[in-house]
Parts: sequence; C-alpha cells; structure tokens
Amino acid sequence: MQPEMQSSELNVSVLLSVGAHPKTARSRRADQDAKALELALSLPKARVAAIHAGDAGDEALRQYLGMGLPALQVLPQPKEADVVPVLVDYLRQHPATLVLTGGKAEQGESSGMLPYLLAQELGWPVVPRVAAVESVGNGKAAVLQALPRGQRRALTVSLPCVLCIDEAAPAPRQSAFALGQRGKIEVLSAAVTTDSERADWTVQPARKRPKRLKVVKAKTAADRFKAATAKASGDGGQVIVPKTVEEGAEAILKMLKEEGVLR
Amino acid sequence: MSDIIRRDPRREWILRNRLHPLHASLAAPQDQWMGPNGVLRKNPHAVGFIGPNGIKRIDRSGSQTGDGGSVRRSGAAEVQLPVFRVEQPAFYVVVVPDMVGGRLSSHDKDVLGLAHQLVKQSSAARGEQGAVLAVVFGAHKESAFDTAGVDRLLHLDDSKYTGYAPEQRLNVLTSLERTLEVSQWLLPDSLEGGGDLGRRLAAKLKQRPATQAWALAEGLVTCRAAGQREDWQRPASRILLMANECAEPVSETRHEVKPLLEELARQLELPALISRIEDKGQVAVDPSAVPLGEAEFILSAGNGIRDFALFHDAAKALRATEGASRVAVDNGDMPRFRQVGATGTWVTARVYLAVGISGAVQHLQGIGQCDKVIAINTDAGCDMVKRADLSVIADSTDMLAALIKLVEGYRGAEEGEEDAA
Ligand SMILES: Cc1cc2nc3c(=O)[nH]c(=O)nc-3n(C[C@H](O)[C@H](O)[C@H](O)COP(=O)(O)OP(=O)(O)OC[C@H]3O[C@@H](n4cnc5c(N)ncnc54)[C@H](O)[C@@H]3O)c2cc1C
Repeated sequence: MQPEMQSSELNVSVLLSVGAHPKTARSRRADQDAKALELALSLPKARVAAIHAGDAGDEALRQYLGMGLPALQVLPQPKEADVVPVLVDYLRQHPATLVLTGGKAEQGESSGMLPYLLAQELGWPVVPRVAAVESVGNGKAAVLQALPRGQRRALTVSLPCVLCIDEAAPAPRQSAFALGQRGKIEVLSAAVTTDSERADWTVQPARKRPKRLKVVKAKTAADRFKAATAKASGDGGQVIVPKTVEEGAEAILKMLKEEGVLR
Repeated sequence: MSDIIRRDPRREWILRNRLHPLHASLAAPQDQWMGPNGVLRKNPHAVGFIGPNGIKRIDRSGSQTGDGGSVRRSGAAEVQLPVFRVEQPAFYVVVVPDMVGGRLSSHDKDVLGLAHQLVKQSSAARGEQGAVLAVVFGAHKESAFDTAGVDRLLHLDDSKYTGYAPEQRLNVLTSLERTLEVSQWLLPDSLEGGGDLGRRLAAKLKQRPATQAWALAEGLVTCRAAGQREDWQRPASRILLMANECAEPVSETRHEVKPLLEELARQLELPALISRIEDKGQVAVDPSAVPLGEAEFILSAGNGIRDFALFHDAAKALRATEGASRVAVDNGDMPRFRQVGATGTWVTARVYLAVGISGAVQHLQGIGQCDKVIAINTDAGCDMVKRADLSVIADSTDMLAALIKLVEGYRGAEEGEEDAA
C-alpha cells in the first residue's frame, strides 16, 4: 500500500458515466455517479479526479462540472467500446487510494460488472452498495454498506479499494449551470478496445414482464374450489392462552429471537 | 308410528314467528319433517356425508349413517411427490441461494426451478445425468430443500462464512470450479448478496455473466439493461445472475438433498486467504426512519390498544418499526403514513407483531407477504389469530408491559455478557 497517502492528501478518483432518464431516456448525470461525486467532494482533504470514458462532447457531463468540479478528464471512447482496459490503464498511471463508482450504469448493458472487473485487474478489494465513507486512514477505510430494508453494516476495507456507491448515499448537490459551462473538459488520448462479443446481441425496448399466475395444481374439484375461494390464511398457528402475562411474553420473545429480528 | 297425522299448531305457530324465543331451537334443520298437508318433506342437502376427498357421498345401502354433512375434512391429504434420484452426477448446475433469514426466499426457489430446467436440458443433450448442487453458507433454518429441488447440498457452517464474507465465499466457489464439473452457475441477482457474489465470481473466472436475466429459452437469455429500459437478448453464458420470477419453482418432484460426497468435500482444499474486507457488524439504525414498506420487523397497533404511550415505548424497546390499522389511524392515535393494509402500505416485514388488530380483509391484504405473524388479542376467534403463526390471547396493555420488561432484561443480560467478554 502507499504509505504516503495516509499523511495529508487522499487521492480519490471518481468514475462518471452519462445517465439516462428512466422514462424519457434523455441524457443526464447518472444518479448513483452523482452521489459518488458528492461523496468524494465531501471527503475531508481529498484530491478528487473525475474520469469519464466515452463521448467528450456530451452535454450531460457539464452537470457534473456544475457540482463544483474544476475539471473532468475524458478518455474518448465510441459507444461500442469496452471501457475496462482503458480505465485500468488510466488508474495504473494515476494511482488513487479510493476509486468511487456507481453501482450500475443507466445506459448500455447495465451489468454492474465494471467495478468488479477493475478491482480484479488492479488486484484491489471492492465493496458494493456503499452508503457512506466514515473515515480513511492507516491503510484502511471504514465504510457503511446499505443492506436491504434500510439496514446498514459497518465494514473496514484495506486501501486502495474500489467502492460502488448505492442509492442510499446522501443526495447529490444541485448542479449550477454557469459553473458547469465554466468547468474544463480535458480530453486525453486513449486506446480503443471494441467489445465485439456484444455486436450480435439483439436490443429491444424493455418488454413488460408477464405477471406470474397462481397455478393451482389440485387433483380434485373440491381442492380447486377450495383454492379459488379460500381466504389467505395460514394453516392455523400456535395459539397460547397464557396463565400469566410473562408466559405469553416469553413465547413471543422466543419467536423473535428465532427469527433474529431482535437486535 | 300411527298413520294419523297429528299437527302441532303451537309448534307451527312458533316456526312461523321468527321472533319467538323458541324459534331457533325448533327451526333447526332436520333431514325430514311432516309438511302441513301430511306430505313427508326431505331436505336433500342434509343427506349423505362428505367423503375423504371432499366429495359428497350418499350411501343408500344403509350401512353408513352419515351425520348430515357435518363431517369436516381435516385439510387436504398430504401429497407425496415422487423422488427425483441422481446416483452419480456427471455434472452439476451450482446454485448459491441467498438464504435470507436462514430460509430459501421465493427468489431462491425460482432460481432452483430454473436450475432444474437446465439440468434436464443438459442431461438430454449430453446423454448423462446431472444434478443441482446448492451451496449454503452459514447456519440455516430451512427444512424444505427437498421440495425446492436440491439434489446435492454443500453446507458450510463455519463462522468465517457468516456475515459479510464475500472473499471467503468466493474462495469456496472458485475451488468448486476447479474440483467439480460445473456446467453452469446460477445465482439470484439480488441485493441480498447473490448479485455481489455472482459478479465477483464472474470477474474471477473471467466469464461474462448474464445479469438481471429474466427469461431463458433455447439457449438465449433476456436481460434487463440500460437502467431497466431495454431488453438485451444474448446467448446464455455459464454464469447466470437471474432476476426475480425468472422461472417457476420446482413443484412436481422431491429431491434427495444428499450432502456432497465426503471425498469431494475433502478435495475442496481452500487456498489461504488474506481477507481485505472486515465485517464490523450491523449498525443500529433508527427503526422509525425505515420506510414501512421495507421494514423487517413491525409492531402494529389496532383498536385494541388502550395506552398508546406504552405502545410507543414497546416499539422503542423492541426496536421495531411502528404500524397501525385503519381504526387506530382514524381515531387519531397514529399518523396516516403508518397505516398498513389495502389503503395503506403493503408491508414485507419478516415478522409482524399485531397488537389488538382483528384482521379485517383490508388489513390482511397488506400483510400478505409477511413471513411470520404474531397476534396479541383478547379474542381467540378473530381472523388475525387464524392468520397468525403465534397468537397470545391476553390483554394488550398487560402484554406490552410484560414484553418491555422482558426485552429490557434480555438486552441488559446480553450487554452484561459483552462487557464481561
Ligand atoms: C374501503 C376500505 C378500506 C380499508 N382499508 C384498510 C386498511 O388499509 N388498513 C386497515 O387496517 N383497515 C382498513 N379498513 C378497515 C378495516 O375494514 C377494519 O375496520 C379495520 O382494519 C379494523 O381495525 P382494528 O382491527 O384495529 O379494529 P377492530 O376491528 O375494532 O379490532 C380490535 C381488536 O382488538 C381486540 N382487542 C380489544 N381490546 C383489546 C385489549 N384490551 N387487548 C387486546 N386486544 C384487544 C379485539 O378483540 C379486536 O380483535 C378499510 C375498510 C374499508 C371499508
């Protein structure tokens, strides 16, 4: 690891993509990427570098600059390129302690594989669904990971590492239009690797998924009738008429403990 | 009996008068009775009895004396599904279920269902029999692996796999890849861990996975892409991360759930690993800030709550998210956004503790997806008790007070232990 990172400055690279509005598909700053940038900008003593691999002329990039970013590095890539090799090259040449990405892109394959592939190539650990970075220092970062159902888990991860920022991270600041126009877009030179595998895949607008039907596999008419008319009710649980209230409370507590919801 | 028809005018008068106190007892349905003109009347519905399959049977031989259709069937007879056996699996389709809360989730079951379709297809294509191998990490409470479609089970119950341990789990999967003939990897593409582990595996094995895949037919998978706006159709890959409801769960067979052969398990020597991600445990979050629809544990108040201050204390002590029935909301005791049910929030809690709620259909609709329902109610006959997995028939105020005391005692003891350790 790089001990010189610990002392004063923290190099943070944020990987930004161009998003798309879920309904109109109009290009915009990607939601999770904007959250990642917000998180990077709010880290104390961080030197933030923002990188976009794609089309340097896209207007949506100005929305990131409008968040208070002085400059944005662009590795020019056509739409059908595989951006992993060029980003790996870039990160090898410009070492960073933290690489922040979103969880999934809003355009293209949206597979969410990019952070994992980067981490695999660079040999770094990767943590998905990060909601907050609590501290960075001593070769470790303490992060909070978002779990389903609004829960959080504390993790420490050794540096350098890749963190994917989740929906649950704090909302990004507004983008100021004038600031965005003033910001610099620096176009670097980059090799292009075409993603040939995907050339013959077919792309269609998302079809509505069929709703699952409740199939009743009943052998007799009576069972079918019952399945069609029965109220949604469990097959009768345990009913306790406790002699003392403590007895009832014990039974409830036992079940809560079994289910592991008592924290 | 004599042939002379005897009428009982008083009885007939009572039968005509529905308000008479004796009406109910005399008007009880009978199989047959004498009509006013001396014609014998029969109630055809009261003849016969309900047979074991729920079909009405009329036995005219006289040997059977059915008691007027009052024989209740005791539930559908347990159907024994045929067992699907694999002696020597030539290859495996490996499934790593999420095991949310230690049980197979519906997502896991769908993926297992798909795994079986794949095994069937590949077995036919290769001419040899394959099996579904499920890899389960950490302790579990599942007892229905057989009907879910698990032929072979690798259960790794070591403490190093519990919590967030993606590196250790990945280590197991990569060594499985080395030792077994794995034809395909199937993982649920969920936020519960399957999506993460699957992507790690794909990056490690340098195979391009199909992600958010929701349909698989004739070697082509359909994946949701471009932020849910597009469907990408592509040839099926070896690693498939499947979306919810990607296939029907197994329903027609039972499976062996044999532990993976000993020697195979021994061959699974795991390379040493320096863990770079350390799990520091879950952080306490304010349960009242968790959206009701997502909350894991809900304490819900109904019309049977007398003391709402006590209810709020109980929610705090249990660290549960608060919910309410419509009546509690309409009475102004709880805010509107806490209402559970048809016109409120449809909740997905794993445990739903309903205090003083009768279980109206509108309310039960809202808790349809809850795993475990616990009811506290004074009325043992109400619908909530019928729905609940555990019901305690007691007064709400007393029960909540007792529960608070018990939980605080339990928490105190636990913290004492932690301090001592
Ligand atoms: C169009 C429509 C939509 C509706 N939508 C909803 C909805 O979204 N959500 C909803 O909840 N309701 C809804 N309702 C209302 C619903 O029909 C019921 O009226 C309501 O759910 C009943 O609430 P409750 O169970 O709290 O009250 P009650 O039915 O009055 O039940 C109170 C229960 O508390 C028990 N009890 C009483 N005293 C005690 C005590 N001291 N200790 C313990 N138990 C006690 C009683 O035995 C009883 O079971 C809707 C109704 C309509 C018509």
